[in-house]
Amino acid sequence: MELNTLWFILIAVLFGGYFVLDGFDLGVGMLLPFLGKDDKQRRVILNTIGPHWDGNEVWLITAGGAMFAAFPGWYATLFSGFYLALFIMLLALIVRGIGIEFRSKHDNPRWRTFWDWGICVGSFIPSLLWGVAFANFIRGVPINAEKYFIGNFWDLINPYALIVGLAALGIFLLQGAAFLSLKTEEPIFARARKTAQRLWIPAFLLLLAAALSSLFFTDMLVKDGATAWLAPVCAALAVIALLAAGWFIRARKGGLAFLANTLTILLSLAAAFLTLYPRVLVSILDPNFSLTIYNSASGVNTLRVMTTVALIFVPIVLLYQGWSYWIFRRRLSERSEDLHY
Amino acid sequence: MDGTVTSLSQLQFAITSVYHFFFVPLTLGLSVLVAIMETIYLRTGDATWKRMTKFWGKLFLINFAMGIVTGIVQEFQFGMNWSEYSRMVGDIFGAPLAIEALLAFFLESTFLGIWIFGWDKLSKGLHLATIWLVAIGSNLSAFWILVANSFMQSPVGYVEENGRLVMENFSALLTNPYVWGQFPHTVFSGFTTGAFFVIGISAYHLLRTREVDFFKRSFRLAAVFGIASVLLVTLVGHNQTQKMFRLQPMKIAAAEAMLQTENPASFSVLSVIDQKNLKPVVSLRIPMLTSLLAFNKPEGEVKGVIELQSMFEQEHGPGNYIPSILVTYWSFRIMVGCGLLMLLLALYALYRVWRRQLAPQMKFLWLFPFAIALPYLANTFGWILTEMGRQPWVVYSILKTSEAVSPNLTVGMVLTSLIGFTLIYGLLMAADVFLLRKYALAGPQEEQPAATESTAEALE
Repeated sequence: MELNTLWFILIAVLFGGYFVLDGFDLGVGMLLPFLGKDDKQRRVILNTIGPHWDGNEVWLITAGGAMFAAFPGWYATLFSGFYLALFIMLLALIVRGIGIEFRSKHDNPRWRTFWDWGICVGSFIPSLLWGVAFANFIRGVPINAEKYFIGNFWDLINPYALIVGLAALGIFLLQGAAFLSLKTEEPIFARARKTAQRLWIPAFLLLLAAALSSLFFTDMLVKDGATAWLAPVCAALAVIALLAAGWFIRARKGGLAFLANTLTILLSLAAAFLTLYPRVLVSILDPNFSLTIYNSASGVNTLRVMTTVALIFVPIVLLYQGWSYWIFRRRLSERSEDLHY
Repeated sequence: MDGTVTSLSQLQFAITSVYHFFFVPLTLGLSVLVAIMETIYLRTGDATWKRMTKFWGKLFLINFAMGIVTGIVQEFQFGMNWSEYSRMVGDIFGAPLAIEALLAFFLESTFLGIWIFGWDKLSKGLHLATIWLVAIGSNLSAFWILVANSFMQSPVGYVEENGRLVMENFSALLTNPYVWGQFPHTVFSGFTTGAFFVIGISAYHLLRTREVDFFKRSFRLAAVFGIASVLLVTLVGHNQTQKMFRLQPMKIAAAEAMLQTENPASFSVLSVIDQKNLKPVVSLRIPMLTSLLAFNKPEGEVKGVIELQSMFEQEHGPGNYIPSILVTYWSFRIMVGCGLLMLLLALYALYRVWRRQLAPQMKFLWLFPFAIALPYLANTFGWILTEMGRQPWVVYSILKTSEAVSPNLTVGMVLTSLIGFTLIYGLLMAADVFLLRKYALAGPQEEQPAATESTAEALE
């Protein structure tokens, strides 16, 4: 496989890792003030992601770094073009992270309530914005012949992007509720399961709306190329996976529900990346202005070095992160011996 | 400051970087100190060392969280504000950043999570291994980010193709002489920061006769660790400055307020320079000393700012190639001054430990809580010298800062983010200092009988 395509896939994999893993962190964060009825319950809820959230966020940092290294043109145009959106996302991620680490270190109720809502809003904003961002990648943004973004913040806020944003929000919420129902005991467990049941219908409708509008607002259906047919197939499979998730939630099969929702996330992301390929950022002004894995890529030396490093270290990271989930596999309850405030 | 997108972006980068680097050095040093404490606990089985591990570990965690959330801003800013820079050097600059995330960030964040929550879930040996992996991960991340920064200071291993810099030789990046000065200098500064932090807080508690045994042990360990670190940082720093005469003559000429080329070169005791007219206003100099420091002999030419300016003009065309002499001159002196003060203080602390003259309420202990400020000043001004001294270049001698900025940004956009980051960083600093103070002054938790230990922790 040529290196440009390999790196396109690797970046998709890194984003996949991020959305699956931080997906439930974000969902748990959003649900925190609603599912935790008192201070102790909120501590239990946070402890389900406590050992993991930081390592999960590194998937995003790695995806950003990999984009910078492998496709500097993509990184440059995207990050400068989406300036204000990324600024808002950074503020949200900062508040969320500090909230998780600081909220229990002081026992003033107002301090704790402040950070609980900080964690909630700080998880809500990225969930919505990631959907908005990926919708714009595939719908297209104003990019001129020099590969510069010439739009503004409001170009990113369009009906299609908002539908996808809301769908992302729904799926991350569901992922959070499914995760909590796997990791907690009564009474949070029952509440989490009930929340998953209630969330599932709106999440499904939003994903369906996002998938259907993608057929109109992107060139998913009319694109040329040997792999073009895969994008709509993945989108359809994502919808089916979410249907299955709903079934498992109702059948009280928490593990399978979480797995099915994870598949929904991965398949939706795959649909987006396949719609893009071989482009990385679609120009709405002229198809020839789009950024591709060729016109935005690094030199072959960089790609070779990075390939060696990635092929050695991504599996190692997966191993030890997997081990960390194994260590903390047990459900948490308010009666747990160590709440680690 | 002229309120352009470039200068506002520079200000934002300066504020966010200095802020980020408030937390990084303590992470580098304290991670190693906490790992040493847990190692001694495991070796001796002495419960005091476990309490030390937990007490200093708690302070480490509060600080670490701030480093994490401000670090992600740094990575995003290159693309957000400096897209032309990213486009031009992404091949070379992006690679170490990605490798840093993959090799170091995953390691430190994953194993820190395990360390915090894993006290009862892992065997003692395995638990100890996780904190060492955190310490290794943190210090490894310093290496990769400094490989990237060193390329900006002293570009190596690239060829220019169609206006972009393309990586030609990866190992040249890793063996860049610049990084082998900068990396040890930064790491040992971090160790020094950790040592002065522990010494300062221990001294405070010893003055109040609290937990005497606990804080005497902490003081002793940090004093030994501190003297080794500060000696190394001084030696490496001296060596690094010597290299600078060759690699970045303009930076060192500005930092020495040296206008004219001299041989042998004199050393400035006090200089005030009129930068506009390149004339000295006040100039007190010791003859020959700079040559002596730079070349270890009483002769050797050191080029002055004026000659270097005309050399740059010949090579790159008309323009102003002189960094702010005021900023570089004083940053250099504040950094070195704090460094020498720390050397004296660390020697004195070690002397006291050595002669077993360390007891509660001794007068000399008053020095050390205040001395916690010294490494922070030295770290901050060290970076100001490094980055401001490189101006007007973002990649030395290749790309100017003014050409690196994102072309699509407006003053309003950058002003929004500048104000937003500054406000939220201000609030977070207040929360961070509040928590650090609270936990540092409260001192360690009482060691509970095993059965109720967890309850105490829950009520903490």
